[in-house]
Amino acid sequence: MDSLLIVGGHVVDPASGVDQEMDVLLREGRVAAVAAPGKLRSQAQRSFNAKGCIVAPGFIDLHVHLREPGQAHKETIATGSAAAAAGGFTSVCAMPNTVPVNDSAEITRWMQAPERGALVNVFPVAAATVGSLGEKLTDFATLKKAGAVGVTDDGKPILSDRLMHDALHAAGKLNIPVVQHAEDTRMTADCSMNLGATSFRLGLHGMPNAAEASIVERDIALAGATRGHVHVAHLSTREALEAVRRGKKAGVRITAEVTPHHFTLVDENVGDFNTHYKMNPPLRSLADRAALIEGIADGTIDAIATDHAPHAFHEKQVEFERAAFGITGLETAVAIAVTVLHRHFNLPLWRMVELLSASPARIFGLARRGSLAPGSHADVTIFDPKKKWTFDASQSKSKSKNTPYDGWSFTGKVVATIVDGKVIYEG
Amino acid sequence: MKPPLRSLLGIEQLTTAQIESILALARRMDPSRPSQLLRGKRVALLFYESSTRTRTSFEFAAKTLGATTTLVTPVSSSIEKGESLIDTGWTVANLGADAIVMRHANSGAAYLLARYVRVPIVNAGDGMHQHPSQALLDALTITNHKKRLNGLRVVIVGDVYHSRVARSNAELLSRFGADIVFCGPPDFVPEISASLAPGVTACHDLNIALQGADVVMALRVQKERLAGKDISVEDYIANYQVTPQRMKLAKPDAVLMHPGPVIRGMELTSEVADGPQSCIHEQVRNGVKTRMAILAMLLGAAR
Repeated sequence: MDSLLIVGGHVVDPASGVDQEMDVLLREGRVAAVAAPGKLRSQAQRSFNAKGCIVAPGFIDLHVHLREPGQAHKETIATGSAAAAAGGFTSVCAMPNTVPVNDSAEITRWMQAPERGALVNVFPVAAATVGSLGEKLTDFATLKKAGAVGVTDDGKPILSDRLMHDALHAAGKLNIPVVQHAEDTRMTADCSMNLGATSFRLGLHGMPNAAEASIVERDIALAGATRGHVHVAHLSTREALEAVRRGKKAGVRITAEVTPHHFTLVDENVGDFNTHYKMNPPLRSLADRAALIEGIADGTIDAIATDHAPHAFHEKQVEFERAAFGITGLETAVAIAVTVLHRHFNLPLWRMVELLSASPARIFGLARRGSLAPGSHADVTIFDPKKKWTFDASQSKSKSKNTPYDGWSFTGKVVATIVDGKVIYEG
Repeated sequence: MKPPLRSLLGIEQLTTAQIESILALARRMDPSRPSQLLRGKRVALLFYESSTRTRTSFEFAAKTLGATTTLVTPVSSSIEKGESLIDTGWTVANLGADAIVMRHANSGAAYLLARYVRVPIVNAGDGMHQHPSQALLDALTITNHKKRLNGLRVVIVGDVYHSRVARSNAELLSRFGADIVFCGPPDFVPEISASLAPGVTACHDLNIALQGADVVMALRVQKERLAGKDISVEDYIANYQVTPQRMKLAKPDAVLMHPGPVIRGMELTSEVADGPQSCIHEQVRNGVKTRMAILAMLLGAAR
């Protein structure tokens, strides 16, 4: 009988209300028991010593780009999931802007096939419209049956009111979220960063906050009308955050994620045209960053998601305006969350873990994940919240190295990642 | 002590002392007397965008100092075959260029080139970002007339938003204590433009902006940039064109400048462009002197 006993760690499991020293027994791919230290001894074939570490439900990243099919020069499901494992993520939700776009049951199943070599659980989020062209809705029921956990045209917003209304209505009946990349592209043509003093100084066209907020406002109205669930991807502005806060108060089914870079960096960090600071949505102002931190603490924000967006060197080592949007993020997210949110802004580890596990599992309806309650999938993330380390991008498991964090020192390191009861990463 | 200047990318990276020494050297340069200061040096003119005065003045500057030049443009080169900027830069450097003067449509292009290519890079205009040699020649022109920059009121009127000349000039003049007024309709002079440097303000009323001005700098206004904006061409001309009447609002000894190309009848009238206060021709002449100084300094031949 395949079993593993995690001993000596401090279990933080918001879903079941546990926050104390406990041993965790995993057996046959499930959590078998969580009990006071010493109580479970002799029940397992192997044990893992987690002394000094936090033992948490396996972390879930709602927003990654694994680039397969079609863009294997940037990333593959195998390399992207290896990066996820190294970053402490046991499940990732893969965006559909592949080549071709994942708008079919065939591609959705293809992405989940064992031949892809995924090290962690991969949950596809399928395209909301055919080819993500924003014209005709895909068949949500068929996609859900094939394994899709949500629908989105990520990278592109669903601009048409009519289409978004129908998408929320159809997805709502199936109980899956419509994930919105909130950007009114009519206001952001030719833009490569946030609108502000830095964009003016650099002579770059800037994206106004209103381009994000106006779409979020509209989506709240449509979600309210349809009883559908809208999930705001990579929320970045204080206005959009405020809209989500109001929407939640009004009882609308709205949830939101924020990326580590948006709560850590600001537009000024673009410096002299460093393309490792170019992403969409762009890095915003200090005031926006402060609002996001507040939203994370008060519950307006539901999840931390990386928007892991790998690109090859030649796609970033070009003129700033021509460079691809996006940065990798899977291997640095937990360290940044500990360093910035927990240590600098005093966010309790409990809340941080919730944002990475219980809450994302609930949003995307991932049953028996995001918790260590007995019977849950045996997905566990073990991290040392005090360990100092330095990130070396050249050692990244991702195929791409487009990260602004090369050489950054962090406090908080993933020590082990366990998927389905097996230790798939030890750091 | 900063290391000697390697590349000229923007005003921001220059120390005040470096600006002063370029200007001092420019004053001593005489385009009518060819020298052999840069004999044997090769200067590549990498122009991704069209240009008359900048390209020609860099070419004359280099040749007057005894250097040879070669022009590389996207048409009929590997650039139109899809070669990246970095690869083109490496190629030009390995062919033997001792310096690369580059004009490019993308903001920051010169910074990218300088990060990868090991020869001095001169930014001859990158998108809406910087045009440092223009700001230097403008400072030379202003100081010829005003003897100082500190305390001057400099009104820069026109399409500031799209202007690399406005950004470079404001940063340079601010460094020396001038008051800079950006003036134009809100689409061309957004409020955020005042954050560019200390002493910069934004104003949407030219009649107010011009009062007490020592320097009036008009910028080119392209009709197509007004398309879809809140202001029509007629309104622009009515409110922001520099006319002889408006010049009277400035100080009597105010000078009128324009980086070119001038669109007569748009940003200013011919009476102003060709009038007694105009320094437009002098700016062009100072362009050659200033660029001689820049090349001499970057190629290590300046005393």
